[in-house]
Amino acid sequence: MPMTITEKILAKASGRKEVAPGDIVEARVDVAMAHDLTAPLAIDSFRKMGAKRVWDPERVVLLFDHQTPASSIDAAMNHRMIREFAREQNIKHFYDMFAGVCHAVLPERGFAQPGRVVIGADSHSVTYGAFNCFATGVGSTDMAAIFATGKLWFRVPESILVTANGSLKPPVVSKDLILHIIGDFGMDGATYKAVEFKGETFSNMSMDARMTVCNMVVEMGGKNGVMEADTITQQYLEERGVKSVNPVTSDPDAQYVETREYDASALDPQVACPHSVDNVKSVREVEGIEVDQAFIGTCTNGRLEDLEIAAKILKGRRVSARVRLIVVPATYEVYRQALERGLLKIFVDAGALVESPGCGACMGCHIGVVGPGEVSISASNRNFKGRQGSPESEVYLASPATVAASAVEGKITDPREMYG
Amino acid sequence: MAKAWVYGDHVSTDDIIAGRYLAKHDPQEWGRHAMENIDPEFSKRVSPGDVIVAGRDFGCGSSREQAPIALKAAGISAVVAESFARIFYRNAINQGLPVLTCPGIRKEFRNGDEIEIDLKGGVVRNLSAGKEFKVSPLPPFIMEILEAGGLVSHLKKKLEGKR
Repeated sequence: MPMTITEKILAKASGRKEVAPGDIVEARVDVAMAHDLTAPLAIDSFRKMGAKRVWDPERVVLLFDHQTPASSIDAAMNHRMIREFAREQNIKHFYDMFAGVCHAVLPERGFAQPGRVVIGADSHSVTYGAFNCFATGVGSTDMAAIFATGKLWFRVPESILVTANGSLKPPVVSKDLILHIIGDFGMDGATYKAVEFKGETFSNMSMDARMTVCNMVVEMGGKNGVMEADTITQQYLEERGVKSVNPVTSDPDAQYVETREYDASALDPQVACPHSVDNVKSVREVEGIEVDQAFIGTCTNGRLEDLEIAAKILKGRRVSARVRLIVVPATYEVYRQALERGLLKIFVDAGALVESPGCGACMGCHIGVVGPGEVSISASNRNFKGRQGSPESEVYLASPATVAASAVEGKITDPREMYG
Repeated sequence: MAKAWVYGDHVSTDDIIAGRYLAKHDPQEWGRHAMENIDPEFSKRVSPGDVIVAGRDFGCGSSREQAPIALKAAGISAVVAESFARIFYRNAINQGLPVLTCPGIRKEFRNGDEIEIDLKGGVVRNLSAGKEFKVSPLPPFIMEILEAGGLVSHLKKKLEGKR
């Protein structure tokens, strides 16, 4: 029976020759991750289950990224609880607050590899699908079940095929394309389904850009996003000490419940308007809306390529006096590279606030909380009402280039006017 | 009598429990702030046993399991929606909160209507309107988890059995 990438990975992980959409399988998990806001409940559930040891201390990754350094006594207590658990269980890959955003850290350290099952207690765990693995998010009690048994049940999802052709014209980037796709599908257009990305637009992208695409699959309801592995994937992994990879491909006659095609060459910069991620418009339609806060960072757009394009726009310019621009490199590796390449100097010279790696202003509980009546433009992934702070605030989602240009002008601005 | 709390499509986990409350490890606190971003009156007026009736894509957004815990702590006994986001759906089952899928259900209820749920029979009744609706039955292994009171008790039994 012909199978998709997702079906093949789940079949192998559950010890079956083949699986079909709708099958319930118990899959072996290769890597399990939890962070400072989901690990405490997972540890609670783990203990209440009566479990004593994690199934494999080398396959668990624990780190802090949502509230680092601790933003409150409660956050500090969560950190302490996780530290003690990591020590007690001899968790090999425990990074405390010295690594960065989980979804940028795991790929950097070579955990996301073709054919693997990588599960995180965080919805944006779908990011890792850019590396040709099955990756999805679960809640804390499911994570506790993985900690205890190394396995979890999944319903094999139907697959959707999304193809894109043509080259994106900088400063239009992969974020603009995935926002456009989400606007087209709607925020539940892919619920429970695997979304497979194919075509020259994606194969011409760097791993940084591909991760942005897969990262946002959950914003259209998708269970996982997945791409093929190619020389760009292999080179990225080789640089991180992964010697051999075994790419998984979909069979030519594999079944898709839906297929959509996009032309990337004609795309304008895109903006998702309040209060839903599928309320997507061309930047031209919303130009001129005044903003109070601008934010570049997160698992969606806090990697080196994202900071580079923002720096290109900010170099020699000043952030508007009415705006606070917050820049948060996703990881310490990104931070160090941005430092070495002079990007952080450009940000500071432009009047930006550069913060230490973490989730930053994304979810309204730490750095850069937005107040009532304020408007935020953000290179993150969610703009639900109250997401970045007050329920009376508004969040516009855009690419790092659009956020940088808007920070300079103090209002939503087409980055093409400042690029090149 | 259980009342229905009716909401629209795409109620997100940020709506159910905002990010600013997650760090404090206290279900009662989460319950007091449940639905706050979209309905500040909810936690003040909800009664034990009440049911949420919603449109499509209930629970979209983050993986925070604090969302179903907050609803349970507030007194909600079940959620009936036209569809659910997948992580919320799993989390609700794992917390022993019944989640029932019923296309077209939202327009059949007004806020405050009396509601009754027959989980095993797969029926939702609007007692105020005198109507009843079939829901898609839950798979047997999910019913097992719910009957055990959630995944923790379910797995506890399994793990003990192995020893």
